[in-house]
Amino acid sequence: MATSSVAAATVRGSLRAQSRDWAGTILQVLLVLALLFSLATLLVLVYDQLTKALPVFGERGVDFLTSGLSSNPAKAGVLQGVIGTAILALLVTLLAFPLGVATAVYLEEYAPDNRFTRLLVLNIRNLAGVPSVVFGLLGLSVFVAALSAAGVGNGRNLVSAAFTLTVLVLPIVIITTSEALRAVPGTIREAGFGIGASRWQVVRKLLLPAAAPGILTGTVLALSRALGETAPLIVAGAVLGSFSNTGASAAETLSGPYTVLPVIVYDWARKPQEEFRALTAAAIIVLLVVTLAANAVAVLLRNRFERTW
Amino acid sequence: MTIDTERSVETASPAIAIRVDEAGRPSGHDDTTTPAVEFRDFHFYYGKFRAVKEINASLRRNRITAIIGPSGCGKSTLLRSVNRMNDLIEGTRVEGRVEFHGENLYEDYVDAVEVRRRIGMVFQKANPFPKSIYDNVAFGPRVNGARGNLDDLVESCLRRAALWNDVKDKLKQSAYTLSGGQQQRLCIARAIATQPEVILMDEPCSALDPRATLQIEELMRELQEEYTIIIVTHNMQQAARASDYTVFLNMADDRAGYVVEQGPTAQLFTNPTNQMTEDYVSGRFG
Repeated sequence: MATSSVAAATVRGSLRAQSRDWAGTILQVLLVLALLFSLATLLVLVYDQLTKALPVFGERGVDFLTSGLSSNPAKAGVLQGVIGTAILALLVTLLAFPLGVATAVYLEEYAPDNRFTRLLVLNIRNLAGVPSVVFGLLGLSVFVAALSAAGVGNGRNLVSAAFTLTVLVLPIVIITTSEALRAVPGTIREAGFGIGASRWQVVRKLLLPAAAPGILTGTVLALSRALGETAPLIVAGAVLGSFSNTGASAAETLSGPYTVLPVIVYDWARKPQEEFRALTAAAIIVLLVVTLAANAVAVLLRNRFERTW
Repeated sequence: MTIDTERSVETASPAIAIRVDEAGRPSGHDDTTTPAVEFRDFHFYYGKFRAVKEINASLRRNRITAIIGPSGCGKSTLLRSVNRMNDLIEGTRVEGRVEFHGENLYEDYVDAVEVRRRIGMVFQKANPFPKSIYDNVAFGPRVNGARGNLDDLVESCLRRAALWNDVKDKLKQSAYTLSGGQQQRLCIARAIATQPEVILMDEPCSALDPRATLQIEELMRELQEEYTIIIVTHNMQQAARASDYTVFLNMADDRAGYVVEQGPTAQLFTNPTNQMTEDYVSGRFG
């Protein structure tokens, strides 16, 4: 009937959008453009370095990874950097993880909520924003000096570097662990106390397992940051130029001169010889691979601990 | 929901039925057992604010005691004072005594953790741990140092919580796969696994449907033989149905809760001595 089709048309008309949401559409476009810009920057960077680096891997292959530093571009390799980065990764994890998690557990579960605690938390957050080169100065004046006084070489070694980087990333571990603990529902704590568990039992058997994925992610975040740091290590004594420690024992490696991949990148980027452009790119690629590997380990660990309860 | 009509009598409010035994006498006469928990001149403060005042009450062994009263009158605060859960909140303070078999629970030498192993708690919303059903029940004993095979203990607790048949084939599954009523029964099983003497229940059925509620109430009657049960409820019908002894709290002008009246449930609901009790029980306020 005519009236019912007119009625239907009126309903349809009222259900349609009354005006085009121009602002919304424009915003959406801008957001996508921003995303594309970020991605493009990353892709251009990687592509640029990859194309410069591939000839090096093509000509020298694994030799690039097994050769030590040298002023001769045909012989220079990143071995000492790889070793340095790997050792630092291990040492920083061993130092920063327990210290950071323990501090966060104390702050979240044990510390009374008073002015002192709040001041402490504020200071930790501020430390997370301090420029990293400042930590290098700290490392130089405290850790290098202490080790040198203790007779461990001249103090400029992987041990002092590990302490320096640990102090640098500790705030990150503390903050992310705190967030992960806070995300565990209070009802879990209540149930745990209600059953007659002590505070430590609640932390160990209920809270830490529940917060494990977040804590692990935070630790790997911190580690990735540490592995990429250049300025603090240069200040605190990483070697620029070349040194040799072939045939060094473990003790000698830890107490003697060292370098890491980011520092090698910095050093080679400054060299005037044209051949070093390609070598720099190759070193960057190696660094990226190491960083990706560290993140992959994190994702694997996180998946293993994260059960969907 | 069914009410056993030939065994119920009218109370001050027609909507509430109470249990009677064969001779028609209200069941749940409780002056025969010794007190398990006693409040003596008990006051509780959150900082400067007094939440409950001058509480004197005897809660007897192997009986179900209900604490009723309007919202905000301090029922939950009072309940949580029994197992010292309020200690976890900063700035709280008590005056007076809470006696457990004659010993004041708030003496300096008393360890709150030990108190909570002897006085268990079931919360308003079921809060099982993010673990398997088995590990939920085994958690309490393990925390107390139990080692080795807990299968028998877990089974016995789940049977007593009327949950065994539902879960016996899926003990290793997450507790969160259970329904609300089942999760609450799991929390009850978890609470009795530490073999407490007293079980505190803070509005355990308020998040459950009527059928699950009745199952919990039947469970309470069965548990009563072994445990002393203290339940906070804002549901008067539930208090009348399910308890032997009732304590009625109300909020005074200074916003502190106090005991208006307490007594055997049947008597409190059929023949209260205080007008305020009668008003509350017949729904005129609250």
